[in-house]
Amino acid sequence: MSYFGPDATPLFALPLAEVWFVATLAFLATFLFLDGFDFGIGILYAGRSDAERETLLAVIGPFWDGNEVWLVVFGGALFAAFPPVYAALFSRNYLLLFGVLFALGLRGIAPEFREQRDDDRWRRIWDASFVLGSAGAPFLLGAFAANWVLGRSGFGIPSFAVGLTVVLLCVTEGAVFLAMKADETLGADARRLAVRGALAYLVWVVITLAYLYAFVPATRATLSSIGAVAAVVLALILVAVTVFAARHGSDHVALAAAGGQSYVLVILIGLLLYPVVDPASGLTVSEAFVPPLVANLMTVAGIVLIPVIVFNLAVLYRVFAGPIRGGETY
Amino acid sequence: MVDPVFVSRLQFALTTIVHIVFPVVSMGLAPFLVYFTYKDLWGADPVYGQLRRFWSKIFAVSFVVGTVTGLVLEFEFGTNFAGFAAFAGPLFGGPLAVEGMMAFFLEATFLGVFLFGRERVGRVGYFAAAVLVALGSWLSAIWILVANSWMQNPQGFVIASQNGHRVVQLVDPVAAYLNPRFPWMFFHMQNAAVLSVALGMAGLAVYRLDVDVEHETFWKTSLKVALVVLMITAPLQVVQGDGYARHVYNTQPEKFAAMEAVYNTESYVPEYIFAFPTSLDGFRNPRTKDLFGLGIPGGASWLASGGDSHATIQGLTEFQGTPPVAIVFWSFRLMVGMGFWFVLLAFWAGYRWRTGELYEDQLLHRALRYSAVLGFVAVETGWIVTEVGRQPWVVQGVMRTSNAVSPSLTGTEAVFTLSGFIVGYVALLVVYIYVVSRIVREGPPDLPTERGDEPTGDDAVAADGSGR
Repeated sequence: MSYFGPDATPLFALPLAEVWFVATLAFLATFLFLDGFDFGIGILYAGRSDAERETLLAVIGPFWDGNEVWLVVFGGALFAAFPPVYAALFSRNYLLLFGVLFALGLRGIAPEFREQRDDDRWRRIWDASFVLGSAGAPFLLGAFAANWVLGRSGFGIPSFAVGLTVVLLCVTEGAVFLAMKADETLGADARRLAVRGALAYLVWVVITLAYLYAFVPATRATLSSIGAVAAVVLALILVAVTVFAARHGSDHVALAAAGGQSYVLVILIGLLLYPVVDPASGLTVSEAFVPPLVANLMTVAGIVLIPVIVFNLAVLYRVFAGPIRGGETY
Repeated sequence: MVDPVFVSRLQFALTTIVHIVFPVVSMGLAPFLVYFTYKDLWGADPVYGQLRRFWSKIFAVSFVVGTVTGLVLEFEFGTNFAGFAAFAGPLFGGPLAVEGMMAFFLEATFLGVFLFGRERVGRVGYFAAAVLVALGSWLSAIWILVANSWMQNPQGFVIASQNGHRVVQLVDPVAAYLNPRFPWMFFHMQNAAVLSVALGMAGLAVYRLDVDVEHETFWKTSLKVALVVLMITAPLQVVQGDGYARHVYNTQPEKFAAMEAVYNTESYVPEYIFAFPTSLDGFRNPRTKDLFGLGIPGGASWLASGGDSHATIQGLTEFQGTPPVAIVFWSFRLMVGMGFWFVLLAFWAGYRWRTGELYEDQLLHRALRYSAVLGFVAVETGWIVTEVGRQPWVVQGVMRTSNAVSPSLTGTEAVFTLSGFIVGYVALLVVYIYVVSRIVREGPPDLPTERGDEPTGDDAVAADGSGR
């Protein structure tokens, strides 16, 4: 009972604080990847015809709910593993997070409600809500990430810059996912958008990093470290792969590369933070972490549940693999 | 300036009161959907295909609204109740994280298969999806109630110091997470969810029977299934609720005292049917002590002790801080009153069914129609008893609600978001009711032309109205 009694020691003598720091960020990255393409498709939705819009909604229909759970899991993991960080971070970014909730709510209910009435004005209202929510959620989450990493609150230039970075990433992911699911015409269009999205993302990331390096001295040491440089190089390679694969119609490769980009972005966040987990209060990962008993229980739960989650998702994506079929309107 | 503590409490109350409606719909509908799906896939009666498809539309809309309103609650622990999150998080956060990983994931992933995948998976796979969706929604309740039961009856922890702050430290996981309160709450909540949906289904069915003659079989089957479930759940709720109240008396005597408005420790305490203040000033004070009431002599004592009408009940004056008694007292009475009314309805309907007059008794129909949403009202009042009855504590006897609110939060910010929620949630509820009533008015989907042949293409378009 030394793992689960009152005087518990860390499971298998693992550095559990670090493990959960990585796991929590991995949940965030997975959310950014999976719900990222939902957001992206929601943004691309703005420029499509009515018939194409039905397809776009059908493409994400079976997935988006499960994808959004990764945000719940990220929040839950941060709360459970680093309670003081969850408390400080969420209360400091009060209005920003309610903005996120508003955007997520809007885009969540919009497709469901849109379908209920065959009326032009009714549909326009929910179309607009869907686009607004789909663009607003990643933008504000990016701003939140910037505030987290830089230990700020409110809404400054970095918040805006990172917010737009995340939006561009989502657009790329959305276009790539759409290319995989849509028919020839829409697919070709989506591939073109994916190329443009990936390039715009690259340009904007460079601008953002340059800005941070020049005007936020606290980030300089990390940004010039070997890890950060490697991450940026990796981001470059992934952009190149996305562009190349999209041009050649290798949609799965393009999706993997665009999705990989979210992990690179979150790795950069992790590098900028570590060993601190909340720069505003200066709490380090090990200071903010829960005691060993709770940590062990959570770790066991994670070891059991994460393979189940991955298996479930694999089943879901397998069932709905391949392009949208004729009758599958939303 | 406005007090951020007060506004945060109001906001959390509003967001929970609105949110709980949707999990109740999905948890309550889940067993029905499993049954309909089973009968549809392996039975011979085509009405079950209609039942499955009609009720899963309502499930889908409710689940989406439940997702977006539920995320709000998780965030609010950090945004508005940072004091609580930092203090209790090391024990309280775990169940929430596990809820996301275990339950919510299961429900959300297989709901995709259940709603969109009938043509893509076989019968067994499809039935498995239905069962997993149901299981996910019930597992959610387990973890949320594990967390909540600890707030009602905190145990298995010590108060420690981390980085100079007082925090809860888990020492006995079994005591904390397998709290004696948990089974009482879980049964009461799940049974209430199924009961509420059964009432809603029965009320809707009798209403549609009058106007939607075209789908008579569909609504009659809905009514009968709902009534069977009502006849089981309604009496169970009252019997189990009686035991639950005794458990509350033994573990949270201050809440029980508020439920019965007992101020001074007394024996032979009456069970008030109603009570009101004896002075005008008293009406403005929810904690007023001068009450005039009519009640059953010794009733409350009898309930608390399980049969001894002379038993002593500890009064509120013996405890530190009291909840707003009037709110708890009246919510409890409303809930219990409705509980008995549901039992009466169940027996009444059962009797008419037996005498073969189920479709003739217009008074019964009217009663069922007016009671369609009462199950939900009972759930709300029950949660008000549970949560308001715990005040002024957020964790009973351990942390006060006033210390739980985020220290950095300003009254202006809180008022701003609360106003947003009032506007947004009213709009959300209006649209939700509108959408559900459209689904109802459209009625069940038409039967597929050939048995076992799932409608595709045009039919799927027609089903959501866009093809008309």
